[in-house]
Amino acid sequence: MSYYLGVDIGSVSSNFVLIDELSNVLEKIYMRTEGNPVKAVKQGYKELMEKMNGKVSIQGVGTTGSGRHLADIILGADVVKNEITAHAVAASFFHPDARTIIEIGGQDSKMIILQDAIVSDFAMNTVCAAGTGSFLDQQASRLNILIQDFGPAALKSKQPVRIAGRCGVFAESDMIHKQQMGYPLEDILMGLCEALVRNYLNNVGKGKKIESPVIFQGGVAANAGLKRAFEKILQMEIKVPPYHDVMGAVGAAILAREYIEEHQCASVFKGDSFITEGQFNSSSFECQGCPNMCEVVCIRRDKEALAYWGDRCKRWETSIGHKEVG
Amino acid sequence: MKITYPHMGNAHIAINAMLENLKLEVIPPPPISKKTFELGVKHCPEFACMPLKINLGNFIEALDLGADTILMAGGWGPCRFGYYAQVERDILEDLGFDFEMVILEAPDSRVSELFQQLQALGQNVSIWEAFKALKFAWYKLQVVEKLERSFAYIHPRAADKNRVEDIYDKGLLELERAQDKSDIDEAGSKNLDRLNQMVLTGKKPLKIGLVGEIYTVLEPMANYSIARCLGRLNVEVDNSIYISDWLNDHLLGSLVKKSHQKHLVKCARPYLNYSVGGHGLETVGSTVDYARKKYDGVIQVGPLTCMPEIVAQSVLSSVSKEEDIPCMTLYFDEHAGTAGIQTRLEAFTDMLKRKKTLTALTH
Repeated sequence: MSYYLGVDIGSVSSNFVLIDELSNVLEKIYMRTEGNPVKAVKQGYKELMEKMNGKVSIQGVGTTGSGRHLADIILGADVVKNEITAHAVAASFFHPDARTIIEIGGQDSKMIILQDAIVSDFAMNTVCAAGTGSFLDQQASRLNILIQDFGPAALKSKQPVRIAGRCGVFAESDMIHKQQMGYPLEDILMGLCEALVRNYLNNVGKGKKIESPVIFQGGVAANAGLKRAFEKILQMEIKVPPYHDVMGAVGAAILAREYIEEHQCASVFKGDSFITEGQFNSSSFECQGCPNMCEVVCIRRDKEALAYWGDRCKRWETSIGHKEVG
Repeated sequence: MKITYPHMGNAHIAINAMLENLKLEVIPPPPISKKTFELGVKHCPEFACMPLKINLGNFIEALDLGADTILMAGGWGPCRFGYYAQVERDILEDLGFDFEMVILEAPDSRVSELFQQLQALGQNVSIWEAFKALKFAWYKLQVVEKLERSFAYIHPRAADKNRVEDIYDKGLLELERAQDKSDIDEAGSKNLDRLNQMVLTGKKPLKIGLVGEIYTVLEPMANYSIARCLGRLNVEVDNSIYISDWLNDHLLGSLVKKSHQKHLVKCARPYLNYSVGGHGLETVGSTVDYARKKYDGVIQVGPLTCMPEIVAQSVLSSVSKEEDIPCMTLYFDEHAGTAGIQTRLEAFTDMLKRKKTLTALTH
């Protein structure tokens, strides 16, 4: 059997999936990056292989997420893709008729508009984290409720309270005020969901025309309260696809499969021993070449330097074989 | 007198040439760096737009190197740029610097007013010498822009992009050093030849128009070298504005060459019928122009909080729909995170590529 590995290294979570040649998802892993993407890549790969009892031959690898280049260095990827394209590819695989994708992750959120299964417009949140998963995480821990219990609890609400959603700081003080007034917990939770939805639509959606079918994915899509809040505010049915939490990785794997099949080439996958045996280290230094003093990052395996990045002039980046990305 | 000026893209090459021919001792500001940003951000009002901060950083660094006179362009109209020179002078005086500030204003009616301004600036130069200095600088600028355009064409098509960037960077340095017309011609043709001899991939690149506020369009340090990033993604970038256009329209009263601006104003109708300050009207006009020239997409850039570009951005959504051209807006400030910009550029090019393949299939 031919298997393709898809890896999505985000700031909050790192996801791994294995698909077969028909793009069926065979195995998935969702784990926290915990600020150490190098470790996450290695560990995620190991866990995935253990789950498959090691009996897989990988024909192609795709990486995405903000850590996509790092994952590429460690794993050897055939396709290194941005998150927007990866998410769009995965969503239109499961829902070929999808018109709008709402993707909310830990640190960023996106809206992708599709037409005939290709991206026709997109937006990403810029400066504000109030429309992302970390906002809910923070408020949940304030209310002393586990994030897993957030959704089911919010669904019990009959009369959600109105919470200002424009800014995380305002939302928090607003929420505390409502708590002190004695509103029930479930109504506050649902109020938070609606605040997030309004924030998302104003900041990310910004006047884009949202058309049905709407697909909701990303780690936050697990929250049933949020799904209902979107349905209420948009007055539309919202679909949460299977594997909604690892859609980026699924998209990367599909792109790797397409690439290998189209080019009929061997994967540049580095193989088990390269990934599991070596010691990967990252270090950084300030380049003294000019007054920019760029902070250059170096990724090493044992003593061998694999890649540099972070320099504006690219003199370090291009000192080791540069791979074209797109 | 030791004179200095602000950086903007490759403008320094022409400005240096002009000032030296006015028999002035020139102290160019060091290339814009993180230190320039830091100085500017520290001493400018927090809400001011980014070009002001970079200007001020340039001036402080040049004054520290011994400059005692600053040459700055003036302006008018509903954009903060009109006050730049005055605000910068006040801030620098408050910081205790001792200097003279010379503000070049656009001539009201006759271009001879500009020569008079230049003559007054120069050290014992005749009006004829002032004219010659300007002519020489203009000539140099033409060759610089020829190199810029050739780079924009070759970079996305070439297989070895590092080498193309290398030739271009070195070519600019040679042009900067060129002392007379024959030096300029030699440096220009040598490097243009080098670019033309590069091995090309043979693939047709996507074409994107870069519109927006002039400083952010022209200064790579203000836009995270967006043109190079796109070139590396095999995208050909056309600048909607070049320095010579701006000088021609604003300082030379459109006397040197035919202004492209009237055409853009016409294109902007009926989407935007009035000037909204800065380059807002040109942004809308250029976007329409690119759409009609069948470009694949348009990227609008501007400094965060730029009012004219915000107005233009709100108009662009209907231009995008009516003229069928995908548009993306990027605002820049002092943050250093290039990953977000890279992701957006990659996603935007992916989108255009897929769209192009699809339309090719259906036809």
